[in-house]
Amino acid sequence: MSVRGRLLVLLAGVLVLATVAGVAVWRAADRADRRDQVQAGGPSVHAGSVSLAGSGPPRIVFRSMAWGPHRDELATVPAGDPDGPRTASGVSCLRFSAAGGTGICLQAERGPVNDTYRALVLDSRLRTTRSVDLAGIPTRARVSPSGHLVAWTVFVGGDSYAGTNFSTRTSILDTRTGVLQPTLEDYAVTRDGKRVRASDVNFWGVTFADDTHFYATLATGGHTYLIRGDVTSKTAVTLRTNVECPSLSPDGTRIAFKKRVPGLSPDAPWRLYVLDLATLRDHPTAETRNVDDQAVWTDDQTLSYSLPGDYGSDLYTVPADGTSTPHLLTPSALSPSWLP
Amino acid sequence: MYVSESRGSTPAAASPTAARGLRPGRRSAVASTVLALGAVSLITDVSSEMVTAVLPLYLVTGLGLSPLGFGLLDGVYNGFSALVRLVGGHLADRGGRHKQVAAFGYGLSALCKPLLLAVHTLPLIGAVLAADRTGKGLRTAPRDALISLSSSPQDRGRAFGVHRAMDTTGALLGPLAAFLILRQAADGYDAVFTVSFCVAAVGVLVLLLFVPSRARKPAAPPAGEPAERPSLRAAVALLGRRELRGLALCAVALGLATVSDSFVYLMLQRRLGVPDRWFALLPLGTAAAFLLLAVPLGRWADRVGRWRVFVGGHLALLLAYALLLTQLHSGVLPYAVLALHGTFYAATDGVLMAAAAGSVPEALRSSGLALVQTGQAAARFCCSIAFGAAWTAFGDRSALAGAAVALLVSVGLSVRLRPAEAV
Repeated sequence: MSVRGRLLVLLAGVLVLATVAGVAVWRAADRADRRDQVQAGGPSVHAGSVSLAGSGPPRIVFRSMAWGPHRDELATVPAGDPDGPRTASGVSCLRFSAAGGTGICLQAERGPVNDTYRALVLDSRLRTTRSVDLAGIPTRARVSPSGHLVAWTVFVGGDSYAGTNFSTRTSILDTRTGVLQPTLEDYAVTRDGKRVRASDVNFWGVTFADDTHFYATLATGGHTYLIRGDVTSKTAVTLRTNVECPSLSPDGTRIAFKKRVPGLSPDAPWRLYVLDLATLRDHPTAETRNVDDQAVWTDDQTLSYSLPGDYGSDLYTVPADGTSTPHLLTPSALSPSWLP
Repeated sequence: MYVSESRGSTPAAASPTAARGLRPGRRSAVASTVLALGAVSLITDVSSEMVTAVLPLYLVTGLGLSPLGFGLLDGVYNGFSALVRLVGGHLADRGGRHKQVAAFGYGLSALCKPLLLAVHTLPLIGAVLAADRTGKGLRTAPRDALISLSSSPQDRGRAFGVHRAMDTTGALLGPLAAFLILRQAADGYDAVFTVSFCVAAVGVLVLLLFVPSRARKPAAPPAGEPAERPSLRAAVALLGRRELRGLALCAVALGLATVSDSFVYLMLQRRLGVPDRWFALLPLGTAAAFLLLAVPLGRWADRVGRWRVFVGGHLALLLAYALLLTQLHSGVLPYAVLALHGTFYAATDGVLMAAAAGSVPEALRSSGLALVQTGQAAARFCCSIAFGAAWTAFGDRSALAGAAVALLVSVGLSVRLRPAEAV
């Protein structure tokens, strides 16, 4: 074929492929636009004032994923009417948690060439009191019961020059002193009385007991461990294996977690379990679907967690004692916190 | 011996001066085959880096998966890819099917992009990415063989430099393209994968249309050199040649002291306190330096000797290690480390292939280059494991100090061995 002929073939090929690519982008953009319009039959959302204060009527605050102008904003509903009208705050978060009048909001910030992420510490009126740049994509956020400590986890990685490994980084911030512990990897961790010194350690999913102690997951050498950590002495000990994304009950006696159950399909390996801290024995909940979330205790008897839904994710509840059946709390919602 | 690129396919190659191998006056431009292969790599890298850049985002926010388990499979894929490279090299040599094998590799990777749309679980996503890497492994050695076969021996360093610069340009443009699409369409990962496929398909089209195939019989070997038949045994027997053995030995020794990129970035962040939000951009610094220096260092290698530049590149890496080991906290240090890291790649990646091409007969070029690449990759993989273990046992500083000493010893060994160059 002549050079001219080959150029013509290339031109024709590029035109066809450019059309396919253009249509794909146009359709995706159109779909994204539709998400800004209110979905028929979806929850009703209206702008209003949202407070994280511990006083007032009991309510749930979460990231509302319902389509419409308030998509991805923090919203509240009365605790007694979780499916009722939502009050949207105007503050957007990917992940969120609140307690003791303090909120932690992990947020994406659009940049000219890529997205960056930051953690915002919010006061009870959702005003930002501290902003911390994040090294990766946010996954977990928690606040200590008093509201004095906040913690978050991000995924780091995803560049072929850096290898396709992903790692996590977990940070703890004291909102009273402003002191930031940028990574739990600086902690002295002991397992069976011996120091754990490995380059492949990863931490995620902090849950606070009080303003000194917390539980979290440590992964190293292909195993995951439940650790109990001390913020003041920067130490931690492993308690047992195969505990991911722990969540401490309000009375401090049990831990809900996602357990990698042997024999399950490797693409859906996790079930929601509850661990008794006194005996270190665990039992499954009645939820038989794959749960890849850090559960939240709505009270001492009930767990809430998210599952993928038609519009992002939906929130479910199930009793912690293994009885009964899961119950849909509210659709199109993520990262809930119960405010008394 | 200078063999022009396949005859009659392009006007430049058919010109009498090129065919005679005489280069009167100023040096001619890089062979059109090299430019075509560079264009293919550029386009393909735009496509693959688009996917790599958004993959964690897609897994975490799009599919709601925890991507950690994915990292565990990574080492397996890398080892697999190194073996596939040998297969690709051998297949390409049999009957001179460099172009066909390369096209199959590029095509396989292109087809993996739309497949990403269909799979929604970590193991399946892992399988698709493994197929993608198989394609990459298959195409690399035939492509490098084509580059070396289509350029004159005295300009080989420059030819590889041009190719690697174009390749890296694509790697820098890919993430940008992905984020432009996500800007147009929030959560439009399906659009990113579709566009990535279309871009990859253009790359395959350019390869098929503009890269001449080498189906012809290789030129008769010069007197004194026995004719080589591209068999597996002959490929392995290549290591019996002193030149190639020395070169492969040094590449392996140096590879054993080459700490993997992720560790370098991690150390950079920990030791030199690079702010978190810049962490994801560190590899871009390396790539930028690689892009700027690939051609000048390739040309320089042609003039002063490829081996010298290859070993010199490792001295740049040694200097980067030294800077990481200092306790200085200057704002310039991270830039200096990234510049040195990019210099290391520019002085070694294409230059090693240019050097190796000189010690491998034409008929076994693809297998020979694959052999050296696989040896180097395997050595670096071992280094990664050893470095991780050393980090565990002695801490990151001591591990890096150990790597620096090992690198110094390997450089010393390489200087002593100094495989002769067949320019």
